[in-house]
Amino acid sequence: MTEPSIRGAAAFVGTGLAGIGLAPGYSHLDLIGLAVQEALEDAGVKLAEVDGLFTANMANILPTLVVAEYLGIQPRVAVGTNTGGNSFVDHTLWAALALQAGLCKVALICYGSNQRTGKPTPPDAPPFEAAYNPREPISSYALAAARHMHVYGTTREQLASVAVAARRWAQLNPLAFAREPLTVADVLASRMICDPLSLLDCCLVTDGAGAVIMTRAERARDARRSPVYLLGCASEQTHRQISQMPDLTVTAAARSGPRAFAMARMTPKDIRVAQLYDAFTINVLLFLEDLGFCAKGAAGELATSGAIAPGGSLPVNTNGGGLSCVHPGMYGIFLLIEAIEQLRGVAGERQVQGADTALVHGNGGLLSIQSTAILGTAATL
Amino acid sequence: MSAQLPPSPTQTFQAYLQQGELWLQWCGRCAKQIFFPRTLCPHCGSRSLDWRRSSGQGTVYSTTTVRQRPERGGDYNVAIIELTEGARMLSRVEGIATHDIRIGMGVDAAIVQQGETRLVVFRPRQPQS
Repeated sequence: MTEPSIRGAAAFVGTGLAGIGLAPGYSHLDLIGLAVQEALEDAGVKLAEVDGLFTANMANILPTLVVAEYLGIQPRVAVGTNTGGNSFVDHTLWAALALQAGLCKVALICYGSNQRTGKPTPPDAPPFEAAYNPREPISSYALAAARHMHVYGTTREQLASVAVAARRWAQLNPLAFAREPLTVADVLASRMICDPLSLLDCCLVTDGAGAVIMTRAERARDARRSPVYLLGCASEQTHRQISQMPDLTVTAAARSGPRAFAMARMTPKDIRVAQLYDAFTINVLLFLEDLGFCAKGAAGELATSGAIAPGGSLPVNTNGGGLSCVHPGMYGIFLLIEAIEQLRGVAGERQVQGADTALVHGNGGLLSIQSTAILGTAATL
Repeated sequence: MSAQLPPSPTQTFQAYLQQGELWLQWCGRCAKQIFFPRTLCPHCGSRSLDWRRSSGQGTVYSTTTVRQRPERGGDYNVAIIELTEGARMLSRVEGIATHDIRIGMGVDAAIVQQGETRLVVFRPRQPQS
């Protein structure tokens, strides 16, 4: 295997420093902000031009979301690999590759710390929000659901129909955790957690693990099982904390989706089965709309029509989803695995007949970052 | 280096709260109001940020009731407030039952003491008499 040719493909054009020595009162983000501003001036580049962010630190579990929110940017390439002190050297490789590939045009690598003067704080307690005691993540999703109901007239019954569809799929999946019958009335009657989301609007809390293996296409042709190809993939982010989300009814899936579809040279009409990260019922409505499966505000009606349930025209979360199958904290790997099983035609009772394309949509943080992938069988190449 | 740095954005914000006043940053270049306090404008990247007293007037952008057992303190409100000057902040609405809070409701900021910190909360706007 030959190394990718990045020799001479990228260059450093600006540097900045801030708070060297002592910077009492300044957070690591404040210092990053000052250093970035200086580097941009040095480079003669505008902040809005930064579309690639490479950052890691010891204070933030989700460093690229936190730093991008602070800077007010929405990078389309965000790499937060944290391997310790070498991380930023490592980031130069990924930045060069991303630049060379045309995934981004201006890459920012940055770091800041107030380790000498700052108080040690628990990682990621949002400093301007923790005092109001939001019950994260549920309260953030509840605020989005409340706003969607206010703007589009979405109802709790429509949200509940998402949970019911997931349960009907779970009843076809012997591995699913929750398989007993479920009705809209059951969801509405379940204990309210954060209005308007009740217990059964929320995903399961289970154990679980998943893994997938990828190789280059030419090797995959000789594999024991029919290969499933990645046809397109894109991620987009908008914020870290829900109060900073530009519009609580529109997620960054409205940008990641079109990019992934364009790479795959497909449209929503070409998708036979969709796996949408359903940590809460509102997620599925938002993603159906933002990915273009229906008009904005129309997903509630689509869900109640039965389209996303077994036998419907757009099968969604065919394993039962995070709502009824499995949700051990982070669910993304299970979306991929279910899509692959559907495209291999090995999904048993829940198999969507003739499925040759699948959309996998992952969500991170508090509706903060959206990743859309489109998978297909060999016939779709 | 530390001698060259003015009080940090967070320190400045807190100092005004200690005086019982809500002051926020406005960008000197693009004129947008900024929250949370920062060292550069998240809208245009400028470092030229001015502190001004906010009117504290806003509307409820979204609201939720976090349900909690009475013995633990009972239900409470978490809301996103959009200030008329543009910025949004997570906060809570007080002085009204949490279930009666509606999106679009007019609210005014109030500064309260919570434990050792001063906090911005909002109260329903009283009709002008």
